Amino acid sequence: MAGTGGRTIAALADDHERRTLERTWRPPPGLIGWLSTAHHQSIGKRFIVTAFGFFLLGGILALLMRLQLAQPESQFLGPDLYNQIFTVHGTTMMFLFAVPMMEGLGVYFVPLMVGTRNIAFPRLNAFSYFVYLFGGVMLYVAFLLNVGPDAGWFSYVPLAGPEYSPGKRVDFWAQMITFTELSALAVAVELIVTVLQLRAPGMALHRIPLFVWAMLVTSLMIVFAMPAVMLSSTMLIMDRLVGTHFFNPVEGGDPLLWQHLFWFFGHPEVYIIFIPALGIISCVVATFCRRRIFGYTAMILSLAATGFIGFGLWVHHMFTTDVPLLGQSFFTAASMMIAIPSGVQIFCWIATLWSGRPRLHPPLLFVLGFFFVFVLGGLSGVMLASVPFDLQVHDTFFVVGHFHYVLIGGAVFPLFGGLYYWFPKLTGRMLHERAGAWNFWLLFVGFNLTFFPMHQLGLEGMPRRIYTYLPEMGWGDLNLLASLGSGLIALSVLVFLGNVLSSRRHGRLASDNPWQAGTLEWATSSPPPTYTFLHIPTVSSREPLWEQSADQPVVTGLHRDIREVLVTSLLDAEPVHRIRMPDDSIWPFLTALATAGLFVGSVFTPWAVPIGAIPVGIGLLGWLWPRQKDYDEQVTLEGKR
Amino acid sequence: MSAAWSQRGERRPYAGWFAAVFFDGITSPQSALAPASPQATRISELWWLMFAICAVVFVAVIGALLYAVFHRRAAASPSVEATAERGMTIAVGGAVAATIGILFVLLVASISSSRGLALPLGPPAVTIEVTGHQWWWEVQYADPEPSRRIITANEIHIPVGQPVLFTLKARDVIHSFWVPNLHGKRDLIPGHETTIALQADRPGVFRGQCAEFCGYQHAHMALLVIAEPPEQFTAWLEHQRRPAVEPGDPQQRRGLEVFLASPCVMCHTIRGTPAGGKVAPDLTHLRSRLTLAAGTLPNTPGHLAGWIIDPQAIKPGNKMPPNVFDAEDFQALLAYLQSLQ
Amino acid sequence: MPGPYAENAYAIAEGQRLYRWFNCAGCHFRGGGGIGPPLMDEQWIYGSAPADIFATIVEGRPNGMPSFHGKLPDYQVWQLVAYVRSLSGLVTKDAIPGRSDHMSAQKPEPSKAAPSPRVVVMPTPSEQAR
Repeated sequence: MAGTGGRTIAALADDHERRTLERTWRPPPGLIGWLSTAHHQSIGKRFIVTAFGFFLLGGILALLMRLQLAQPESQFLGPDLYNQIFTVHGTTMMFLFAVPMMEGLGVYFVPLMVGTRNIAFPRLNAFSYFVYLFGGVMLYVAFLLNVGPDAGWFSYVPLAGPEYSPGKRVDFWAQMITFTELSALAVAVELIVTVLQLRAPGMALHRIPLFVWAMLVTSLMIVFAMPAVMLSSTMLIMDRLVGTHFFNPVEGGDPLLWQHLFWFFGHPEVYIIFIPALGIISCVVATFCRRRIFGYTAMILSLAATGFIGFGLWVHHMFTTDVPLLGQSFFTAASMMIAIPSGVQIFCWIATLWSGRPRLHPPLLFVLGFFFVFVLGGLSGVMLASVPFDLQVHDTFFVVGHFHYVLIGGAVFPLFGGLYYWFPKLTGRMLHERAGAWNFWLLFVGFNLTFFPMHQLGLEGMPRRIYTYLPEMGWGDLNLLASLGSGLIALSVLVFLGNVLSSRRHGRLASDNPWQAGTLEWATSSPPPTYTFLHIPTVSSREPLWEQSADQPVVTGLHRDIREVLVTSLLDAEPVHRIRMPDDSIWPFLTALATAGLFVGSVFTPWAVPIGAIPVGIGLLGWLWPRQKDYDEQVTLEGKR
Repeated sequence: MSAAWSQRGERRPYAGWFAAVFFDGITSPQSALAPASPQATRISELWWLMFAICAVVFVAVIGALLYAVFHRRAAASPSVEATAERGMTIAVGGAVAATIGILFVLLVASISSSRGLALPLGPPAVTIEVTGHQWWWEVQYADPEPSRRIITANEIHIPVGQPVLFTLKARDVIHSFWVPNLHGKRDLIPGHETTIALQADRPGVFRGQCAEFCGYQHAHMALLVIAEPPEQFTAWLEHQRRPAVEPGDPQQRRGLEVFLASPCVMCHTIRGTPAGGKVAPDLTHLRSRLTLAAGTLPNTPGHLAGWIIDPQAIKPGNKMPPNVFDAEDFQALLAYLQSLQ
Repeated sequence: MPGPYAENAYAIAEGQRLYRWFNCAGCHFRGGGGIGPPLMDEQWIYGSAPADIFATIVEGRPNGMPSFHGKLPDYQVWQLVAYVRSLSGLVTKDAIPGRSDHMSAQKPEPSKAAPSPRVVVMPTPSEQAR
């Protein structure tokens, strides 16, 4: 049993420990090593970088749309290409950027913040990254071959059905959903288990950092929401490929079934994107005000309430259909009610800022930008919750303005803040501060210039998803303004990229805790070693680095030559037992390849499912096959009880 | 009626451009903020109430935020005394209570408007069945006697001051019927029949547009709702009931022959002639409409000619093929179509 | 020679729409035939090559197949050609149109097994007369 008490003694013994741990935990070298690693730091960084790449691609598509809409009757893009572009833009941002980016931050930072050495189910983690990557690649290969989906990111039937969307375009969209949802579900499971089972001793529920709470709530939401969309996208593929009639009204199906199933997922999806950002904001506000967040319990209850109520709002996307009026009123009330927990959080942060001493570094600047942008978006959302008003502005640019305000304000601004905040930890260097300020102001001004006029355009009758408009409509001026604003956003992103690329080489070297923050990830070096902590820490307060003395005990007795972590109890995080973490393996990558083959094949023929299951089965066999080394290590562990 | 098509070509001085951009646009022919019906007025009032309340809330929250960040502070300390904590608890509690109160007010306002909109306007003076197609609107005026039913396309006339009931159907994919000056939108969903009741308070031409993405030419699927005094409306109805005008001169007769011998007849109907295609707009009274191609083009001879020769250049992806005619035949065809009042 | 739209899913789907709009089903039903011969089997009275089917549609044929000369632009005829060929599995599998959103009196298109590619060409009437 691992014993607590006793600290590191001589530096010489430390060095030996470090080298042994490093050897145990380091990822294998070379290309095979890169494909085999099951370490959360590597995989978390991959998620972040890949998701940012998709953000850039989605952003380029947005710029193309704004170029087209800048003038009435522009000939820049025809309807077919425009329809593909807006579909792939929305799909990219929602499925390939926002959720994986938040997951990436979770995969990297949750184990660090809870004080353990790796995420639960590390090989599943590796698998989920490759599945996500292959899904995104499939979508973009299809798009570049002019087979990109063109029925919108939520793909309403019958337009997306077999008769009105011929070819494979929508099939690629539907199957990309399967890829990304499988990946998200896997990561959600890993995060839930990590948070509930692998916390450092002493990190009872009331000492868990708010970012970790946010990732826990998000992961639980993913588990309940994602299956709905996997089911509905599978039903869509079946309608298109094998001739079922789920959505065919003439044969007993219903187009509204799609809408219900999709939005039952779709509304929680935006909270899945938003709630991790709330966690980032808590980190940044606490650190840069140098005080703990005001109202910890209220904050957690608000996160949980948002997550829970978020499942009860979906019909507000369907107010213009013939859903019964009484039901509509229920969803109006719920959609307004969800503003309450968000309001609680905002007021608690304002109280924290008021009573702390804010330091206006770029992370906090972006968080201040969040307040401005998200509150505006939230208020337009409360307006949209009202059925009569929604009947006018549903499916217009008012809604486009609203959701960009809440998504960019609620997720992208905090994300940039989080990236500026955690860049030192991820890379060991600080991002340039002045460039960060430019980044923020360009984004803030450009964003508002682009999306605020859209509210007006919606009220003036401009519907969504139109590739052009007549000059007589009078929409030209505001559209031109919005397009100019989008140029500023692009400039801001370029500044960010320049900042990142330059700081990686020439940025100021970062200490362990350059921001003097309080949570456990700052107790490691920047970047952390692969074994993260020389000794698993113990925790006796909510902000360990601020409130604990240097005498705080650490965990000793875990093996250094075997990958081992400590499992603790659910409520009070008392040590329960030690557990061996699986080694690196190429099999998750191979299984992901086989899974990709199965999914892509099933776009073309139903036979891909039984035939494709064979390589997947082989991959799983390889993945789970017990090895002599595993057996020996297990014996060692049990022998040394 | 020409106001709907006036050009906004005046150049604005650069300095006033910003204000002009934000406020002049309210003259858009499709603005929800220029209501012409009891329902649209109700919704517009609800909007202004919500806008006022939300603007105040926004200013208050951002004001509190800016104050919190920038106000002067005394000594530095990471932990705060108990009295300050208690004060903040009261302040946050008060803000949450205010939030709940304001949301309740908005909820009541919304439900009250909702109920107001749901109240029947009275027995409908006219019942119109609108069927959404990819990318045009089929309009049928119901009548108990089948021979008095009218089928037209893309342009709807209604009597001023009287309720009109629309039943909405979709032939292919989901569309959405939306005339912002008159009401919110209602979706046309295959397999569902939905209804919406409209009433115009004043005469005018009100433009609407499809508001649910329906494929390539969703952007060019507009419609006009023309509200007229009841006598004018009845006269229009009577006129629409008549079959097509007989060709008046040899050129128009030749035009009818060209029509019947060309691909037009595969899809279009002209009542009173053998042409009975049901899958495209009814052309019996083509010349009486203000626009062509679902609100995309003004109905002038030049535009009609361009549309017939190459619809794909104007609405790429729509279902009407390009047509080839020799010059004389084409002039005859145009003359005939121009006569279809 | 596969014809201009043999692998174009959009064109074949347009052919499916035109088949419905121009009431080919009035005689050929959904491909099973009725007043007119079936289109989903492997017997082609006038040939299954795209050019043959094009000629059938444009020129008409004895015993009731009307001529659509001048009534359909060429590209729409080619779309119909591609669709008719798809009814007997003579186009690439990926381009077959999905089931239509209308009453199904037949199995969905993708589930119909492609008959063997042997084509039995009946002699044309003029050949028969010789």
